[in-house]
Amino acid sequence: MKVELRINGVSRTADIEPRKTLLDALRENFLLNGAHAGCEHGVCGACTVLVDGEPVRSCLMFAVQADGYEITTIEGLAPAPGELSVIQDAFCETHGLQCGYCTPGMILSAHALLQRNVTPTREDIVEAISGNICRCTGYGQIVEAVQFAAERLRLANTPRPAGPAGKSVAEAK
Amino acid sequence: MKPAPFDYVRPASLAEACELLAGDDDARVIAGGQTLVPMLAMRLARPARLIDILRLPELAGIREEKGAVIVGATTRQAQAERDPVIRASVPMLARVLPWVGHPPTRNRGTVGGSIANGDPSAEIPLVAMTLGADIMLAAKDGETSMPAEEFFIGPMVTSIEQGQCVRAIRFPVWPHRRIGTGFFEVSSRRSDFAFVAAAAQIALDEDGRCLDIALGLGGVADRPLRLDMSSLKGAAFDVASAAEAIDAACADLEAMSDLHASATYRRRVAGVLCRRALQQAHDNAAAKVTKGAR
Repeated sequence: MKVELRINGVSRTADIEPRKTLLDALRENFLLNGAHAGCEHGVCGACTVLVDGEPVRSCLMFAVQADGYEITTIEGLAPAPGELSVIQDAFCETHGLQCGYCTPGMILSAHALLQRNVTPTREDIVEAISGNICRCTGYGQIVEAVQFAAERLRLANTPRPAGPAGKSVAEAK
Repeated sequence: MKPAPFDYVRPASLAEACELLAGDDDARVIAGGQTLVPMLAMRLARPARLIDILRLPELAGIREEKGAVIVGATTRQAQAERDPVIRASVPMLARVLPWVGHPPTRNRGTVGGSIANGDPSAEIPLVAMTLGADIMLAAKDGETSMPAEEFFIGPMVTSIEQGQCVRAIRFPVWPHRRIGTGFFEVSSRRSDFAFVAAAAQIALDEDGRCLDIALGLGGVADRPLRLDMSSLKGAAFDVASAAEAIDAACADLEAMSDLHASATYRRRVAGVLCRRALQQAHDNAAAKVTKGAR
């Protein structure tokens, strides 16, 4: 079946068998290997991608069902080649990954959360990543990474005064 | 972990979907796919054709009707969780939805899919049974409706016939002002399949007397159960008579036994969770001050 998908802002077409999951199509047809194949029956969360901004399991969706949605994979998060998104960078800073297998799914789940809410509580974060299994870190540093990213995003969104460095607008006047 | 080959069709209307379903015994309906796709992957299901109903406009949306809220079959669980109408009018459904799967499965999984799947430990069928919802069905020869009591027959077995498709679920809305809900479940991990789940809803009058009460149990028997709590109506809620009513209702409970939980364990936990759910529902209702009572 001919399928047209919108992945990371780009329209791409391929001839895909109906039984092929979105996960396998992303990896094999579009060579986007960031979504990982773990359990392949909807338990582990390694294959998480964003569909219209919300995390879903790409192993529980067929590629032929995915047309018309905006699909975002981990490859679509970095602002430019060779750079990292705020959340990706926070995972590095806080040692939020060891083997890295669950990391794309974790980061996409966290991304969806922080798009809605940059002041999440610990419970919000735990709930957001509850569908993603990590067997290395014990989750502590992952939660820390999301908190750290949230803090950076909050600071980045706080308006700072214009004018000479180190002086507030009032002082500059 | 790869499904066997199948044909995929996405009809443009419910009539077309019913037509396709009626003409093909090997066809299965797919909506969110959160249960069906793993079953296909493990080849526990091998339909020749999948009929995708997820984008049918007739099955979408949540609307209010006199005395009821009608939830379209393809309403995503995540969408229902955020919906203000459900929160205000079917508070028991709003309370259990955060316990259904995980955020990523709720983003795809549908309310109708959970009903059609009929898992005895699932929360949405439990609410449908406890509140006495009607399951509205569509087929080639017309639309029908049946009470949840008749719809759920056994573990993953429902009265739905080949050629039928769940159209919507009609949840009754209680007319009272002071309504409270309670829900508890025990599972090996949060959001995993419940060994036992108890859901309760209580309506109180201004003096704290119980106007209406509903209590249901999931995960214990081979289908969700509604327990008879009518003896508690008309009087102020008290722990002793609630416990007595629960014990009477649970006296000859036929509980399932499996690797995770024995029948004895399930029966014991059922009684405890029923008491907690009723208490929570009562406290939740009592906290709602009626107009003029202050």
